[in-house]
Amino acid sequence: MHNTNEIIKTVDLHKSFGKLHVLQGVNETVKKGEVVTVIGPSGGGKSTFLRCLNLLEVPEKGQIFFEGTDITQKGVNIDLHRQKMGMVFQNFNVFPHLDVCKNITLTPVLTKKKSEAEAEEMAKELLNRVGLIDKLHEMPGKLSGGQKQRLAIVRALAMEPDVMLFDEPTSALDPEMVGEVLDVIKDLVKGGMTSVIVTHEMRFAREVSDRVLFMAEGNVMESGKPADMFDNPQTPRFKEFLSKVL
Amino acid sequence: MDLGLVCANIVKLWTNYWHIYLIEGVLTTLKLTVFAVVLGALLGVVVALLKMSKSKIVRFFITAYIEIIRGTPLLLQLMLFYFVLPQLIPVFDFNEFTWVAIALCINSSAYVSEIFRSGIQSVDKGQTEAARSLGLSSGQTMLRIVMPQAIKNILPALGNEFIMMLKETSLASTFFIGDLMTSHAIVKGATFLMLESLIITGAIYLCMTYPLSKLVEAFERKMKNA
Repeated sequence: MHNTNEIIKTVDLHKSFGKLHVLQGVNETVKKGEVVTVIGPSGGGKSTFLRCLNLLEVPEKGQIFFEGTDITQKGVNIDLHRQKMGMVFQNFNVFPHLDVCKNITLTPVLTKKKSEAEAEEMAKELLNRVGLIDKLHEMPGKLSGGQKQRLAIVRALAMEPDVMLFDEPTSALDPEMVGEVLDVIKDLVKGGMTSVIVTHEMRFAREVSDRVLFMAEGNVMESGKPADMFDNPQTPRFKEFLSKVL
Repeated sequence: MDLGLVCANIVKLWTNYWHIYLIEGVLTTLKLTVFAVVLGALLGVVVALLKMSKSKIVRFFITAYIEIIRGTPLLLQLMLFYFVLPQLIPVFDFNEFTWVAIALCINSSAYVSEIFRSGIQSVDKGQTEAARSLGLSSGQTMLRIVMPQAIKNILPALGNEFIMMLKETSLASTFFIGDLMTSHAIVKGATFLMLESLIITGAIYLCMTYPLSKLVEAFERKMKNA
């Protein structure tokens, strides 16, 4: 029976790139309203894990349940499920040939969730929230990295997703722009948005998470409440990681 | 060589035969080129999409198609289509001009498909990922996100392909198809003024290709700033 509280559940997730066994049987559950951050060394499988959740990477073994549906099954229309999973990328990936407004309205209009006018109204409201309303008709090329990432976040929010996936959202930013993006994410999770966040910002992870996953060598080595995790690491691998990053 | 005489002969040739060059020659050359590049582009899009197909068998055949066409001389392909195919498949009762046009079109499709493929692949993979993660289908992603960005690489290359094809149609004169180079052969045969006719013919080709290449350049510059 599907527990309606569970938004995402992975069962024995395996993924390899060539000989590299990146995910080695990950079992995790993300509950409604939960904010989960994923931390760990590079190459530990964090990003691959996140990218599997909306099938940008297709696992070779295991199951992924999204709101009760196993999306790894053949015949599942993944597009419909992706419309409910927003994703934010390290490199922003805003659409350079569309202005800020169109970046946001394109998908809601194309997928028939909204009329042109409705979508634009929503775009304005969202841009207002992240302080970009004066950029409504700018081209993305004129925006700073922080502004691009804020645009990418509201572009995903315009689809009114049930969960947001963040793949190192601040790793490509100049240091002075990290704060503005993290503030937007903080507001979002405070508003109750279910989120999975891969990040290297330990202070941020500690502050916003309900639960922290430490991933290394293709699996979750340790997980728990942020205070317990950071103040009282259990495994030697996590202790070693913390000693390097803190 | 008497330069004065050559000049006088050029004027004489042009006065007497300009219609053979312009009305027949240029028109046929342009017709062949437009036909080859426009239909070749349409066919090229299909070939490019098939080349990126998930099926290994499809990719194998498409790769073979492209490599064979790009790896053999156009003249050979023209001969195949002009001499052999009409007999091999008599059901297609085309005239000679059409067979030549089809050969040029197929030749063009192989080059154009590579132009499309490299144009599409020049767009950052992150763009596709972002579009798909929002829930757009692969078709919508191609049409709304990838193509509009690829087009600024594709259009100049297509322009250059058009210029190349305009010159390559001259090979059709092997079969006296009526293109500009055929005009040259006719006039030369009638007057024995080889050099003068070649100069006129070359000048007409240049009058077509030079403005076109300037146009392509201007477009590229505009796209770079956009």
